[in-house]
Amino acid sequence: MIHVENLTKYYGDFCAVDKINLTINKGEILGLLGPNGAGKTTTLRMLTGFFKPSSGDIKIKEKSIIDSALEIKSSMGYLPESAPIYQDMLVYDYLDYIADLRGMDSYTKTNRIKELSELCGLSEIMHKDIRELSKGLKQRVGLAYAMMSDPEILILDEPTSGLDPNQIVEIRNIIKRIGKEKTIIFSTHILSEAEATCDRIVIINNGVIAADGTTEEIVNSSDQKQSVYLDLLNADFTDVSKALNTIFGVSGVAKLNGSDESLKIKVNISSKEDLRAQIYETVKNTDWILVELRRETKTLEKIFHKFTREN
Amino acid sequence: MNQTITILKKELKDYFLSPVGYIVISIFLIISGWLFFSNFFLYKQADVRIFFSFLPIVFAFVIPATTMRLFSEELNIGSYEIIHTMPVTLTNIILGKFLATVVFICAMLLPTLLYAITVSFLGEIDWGIVFAGYLGAILLGSCFAAIGIFTSSITKNQIVACIVGMSICFTLTIVDSNNALLFVPNSFVNFFQFLAADYHFNNIAKGILDTRDILYFLSVCFVGLYGTHLSLSEKN
Repeated sequence: MIHVENLTKYYGDFCAVDKINLTINKGEILGLLGPNGAGKTTTLRMLTGFFKPSSGDIKIKEKSIIDSALEIKSSMGYLPESAPIYQDMLVYDYLDYIADLRGMDSYTKTNRIKELSELCGLSEIMHKDIRELSKGLKQRVGLAYAMMSDPEILILDEPTSGLDPNQIVEIRNIIKRIGKEKTIIFSTHILSEAEATCDRIVIINNGVIAADGTTEEIVNSSDQKQSVYLDLLNADFTDVSKALNTIFGVSGVAKLNGSDESLKIKVNISSKEDLRAQIYETVKNTDWILVELRRETKTLEKIFHKFTREN
Repeated sequence: MNQTITILKKELKDYFLSPVGYIVISIFLIISGWLFFSNFFLYKQADVRIFFSFLPIVFAFVIPATTMRLFSEELNIGSYEIIHTMPVTLTNIILGKFLATVVFICAMLLPTLLYAITVSFLGEIDWGIVFAGYLGAILLGSCFAAIGIFTSSITKNQIVACIVGMSICFTLTIVDSNNALLFVPNSFVNFFQFLAADYHFNNIAKGILDTRDILYFLSVCFVGLYGTHLSLSEKN
């Protein structure tokens, strides 16, 4: 559906996006992750045709965005960051204006606005001034206008930033609902959000793609799989280390800071299996007292941190 | 074309649904009315030439104030990003805004027809010259609007857009005045007169419809709007 080839954008000397290659399939919900200033917004702006790439090309349904910008723009809906919509218009007037700009006839226009007001929960505020709306409501108006022409591709730039937790869930549900039929690309720096809504995640850092795949793929791609934390009483570190190292799959045992009586240790495990049972068996055969046993798998959060830590 | 009309309608609504439009029109009417009637009775002639003689200088200040928000505001709040990712061309956007301003200028000039009607009660008035004057006024207004739109497209700051626009329009108005021409070598006098919006406007307002004058206004409009196109494409 969307092919991005060697996409590069320079602002003067500064390279914001550096030779990105990306293929996005039909019906995918793609989450673009990255720290602030990583090049997410620039990439999205190039995808929507707002910025011209310094070099490289974007092909949408085999059509280059440089040659057929208007055609591509009409098959795409875009919500810029923090929904910068006109302040002194009524919600209805605004949606009506957008529908006219998209060249919809009055019959489809009326139906579509009705549909969208239900989908995005706008029926109560249709005749309110946009200036008076809260951030969450404004964002919903933004979603409605982005979906006005029922576009095949929907691009959302940080659709949930600055919203309260309830509003975030609402917007997320809307994205999920429409994502069943549409291709959606959205950027965010909230990882749990990407994990919860996306089929696929692309992590961008310093203008290059650092990771690309489903959440599981990305988590599995990193070498350190999991670790188990133990808190023992009445135990000596050298004995514990010796005993635990005999378990197959344990790659190392490290002592963490603990108080005098308790011994806190971290067991690094290189296999994918859950070794908690074996560890418990080992401990049971001694006279150590086990007060805590906790397993930790690598989360997306840690991986994100690892990929983007350099700056 | 349809999109141009959609944008034109939206901008017209913005002009007439907000107090700013009415404030600008009121200020224009107060200043031009005062300048006209405070001099009218001294001349003892039944025509509105005095009104038109003040018009360029009034327009030079009023029109950039109406056009300053057209692009600056959009660039500032970011709504420009929305409109530019719609299936519309830059030409649609620029023409829509420009034509809306021209309509607004016509609406602003409309009440001043009352001056001419008032004068027609006092003596014989030459309506041909009056209408030539209005044609010139619309051309002059359009040309200042194009300049104002250009200055609005170069900055996010409305005040900067307004002041730069006023300076350009003011310069085009006074460049043929006797004071300005004093400092210019004789061989350049014609050139500076040709540059002056004031000079061309006065020709039309005298009732002489010369294609050179009309062409001058049309080319300034074109240069202004084309400059807007360039400065906006540069932003992407």
